Amino acid sequence: MPLLDARDVHGGYGGMNILNGVNMTIEADDIGVIVGPNGAGKSTMLKAVFGLLFVNQGQILLRGEPIHNLPPNQLVERGMGFVPQENNVFPSLTVKENLEMGAYLKPGNVKRMLDKVYGFFPPLFEKRHQPAGELSGGQRQMVAMGRALMAEPDVLLLDEPTAGLSPLYMNEILERVKEINAAGVGILMVEQNAKQALAIADKGFVLAAGQNRFTDTGAALLADPEVAKSFLGG
Amino acid sequence: MNELVFFINNVLVSGSVSGSIYAIGAVGVTLVFSIMRFAHFAHADMMTFGAFMVLLLTSVFPGAGAAFGVPTALVMLPLAMALTALLAVGIDRAFYKPLRAHGVKPIVLVIGSLGVTLMLQGLIRLFSGTGGQSLYVDDRKEIFRLALPIEGVRVPVVITEPQFYLFVLTIVAVVALHLFLSRSRLGKAMRAMSDNPDLAQASGINTNTIVAVTWVIVGGLAAIAGTLLSLDVTFKPDLSFFLLLPIFAAAIVGGVGRPYGAIAGGFVVGFAETLAVFNWSVMLRPFRDSLPEWLLQSGNLAFVGTEYKIVVPFFILVAILIWRPTGIFKGKVI
Repeated sequence: MPLLDARDVHGGYGGMNILNGVNMTIEADDIGVIVGPNGAGKSTMLKAVFGLLFVNQGQILLRGEPIHNLPPNQLVERGMGFVPQENNVFPSLTVKENLEMGAYLKPGNVKRMLDKVYGFFPPLFEKRHQPAGELSGGQRQMVAMGRALMAEPDVLLLDEPTAGLSPLYMNEILERVKEINAAGVGILMVEQNAKQALAIADKGFVLAAGQNRFTDTGAALLADPEVAKSFLGG
Repeated sequence: MNELVFFINNVLVSGSVSGSIYAIGAVGVTLVFSIMRFAHFAHADMMTFGAFMVLLLTSVFPGAGAAFGVPTALVMLPLAMALTALLAVGIDRAFYKPLRAHGVKPIVLVIGSLGVTLMLQGLIRLFSGTGGQSLYVDDRKEIFRLALPIEGVRVPVVITEPQFYLFVLTIVAVVALHLFLSRSRLGKAMRAMSDNPDLAQASGINTNTIVAVTWVIVGGLAAIAGTLLSLDVTFKPDLSFFLLLPIFAAAIVGGVGRPYGAIAGGFVVGFAETLAVFNWSVMLRPFRDSLPEWLLQSGNLAFVGTEYKIVVPFFILVAILIWRPTGIFKGKVI
């Protein structure tokens, strides 16, 4: 049974549909990457999976159970973590407090998970008593991912984790995504930096106008001349 | 030296008294704003309600304090805090929650809270009558006179019993609030929700729970502040008229949404008020010989008359909104 299975998802804001039938399947050890042009519905799809957008047709299943239109806090309980693209930290809380908030529903895990997250992101340990709002963009992204990991999710949704970061930090974050995945967390992420992201992807989904255009392994999509020409800038 | 004691009694003590009450009041206003993003005008009436609950309970069990050696009103305070917290949660469920569920603009909630103000005032007046009543129903108000061990000082420092309890309870409330916000899981979740409500929800924090907890704390603090004020002076159903402006000024001076700022702001407003109505002519007496005649002839050298005390927070409010709208601690702009 796939970890995450989206079938023919339609949805949008206020009667206007942005998603017009998206299909996605992620296995437990997969990194799934959603790419596509602006306005294709990439982030919208991620929000639909996390219950932030009303799904009016189709199904989203987590380990076979329908989860579409459940409130986010219930999805966190069921093992889903979400890292928004913007405003993804609590700026006046310290790094450590930010991470603790991630484990809000599992307070017994805090100590063990803190060690684990500091292991993934050593800079966070050094800055643990500093307010998250004072960190650089890349470190803030680490806090955001760390916060989501604190709840021990089975699947982590990342909305453009490398947006606005320098190439150095971009590679660093993608490396961490691979490590987190290797530690047993399924990943579904939206990326603007399509080439770099597809390079680490098990599954790639190219969306356009709210529908799947191409769905294949990351390597196959990178090798496909048509995908390269239309979506990866040649 | 006697003039110094006069200064202590009239500025230090009374400034700390009003400062403490404004501080606890302003913390409530700021907490509601940081969680629900609206200016809660009915806060001062929650303070009156808390004091009224103490008055009711004290009238029913006038002798209860004697068993503990403290005024009965203080024994009744925890119960009144619980009742006021219940009222606060109830008001939220009945009036503010349905408005929030409709996704209204904050100004609609502000106007709603004005309605709650009128309703609460009417209700309190209906049961308490319109006059003032002492919370010392069956106890005697002690007055402590502390003679300073300095030669030539004839005037003692005077602190009344309710003022003493006021200082103690203010310190306890501030320390408890600090520990709650910085150490407890719920307190951190409150700060998280104040920072970023969407992310708080995405972290699994149940925002309805946080809203309810906020009202419990706000109600409890309001009851403390209202009761301490009524103990120091008297209980009146229209106490809130004299509280609303200073506590909002204090919250804005401190930076809206910043609890520690609200405490600082409360003392700034309290001391500003006290210093503005203080009669400086007494302080000039020791320098009588070296000062010009015209300065000494005036018997009252206060910046404003006591009856115009309320203009001081108003002035502070206008000044801070013009020159530093985010307040001392860089809060949000209402």
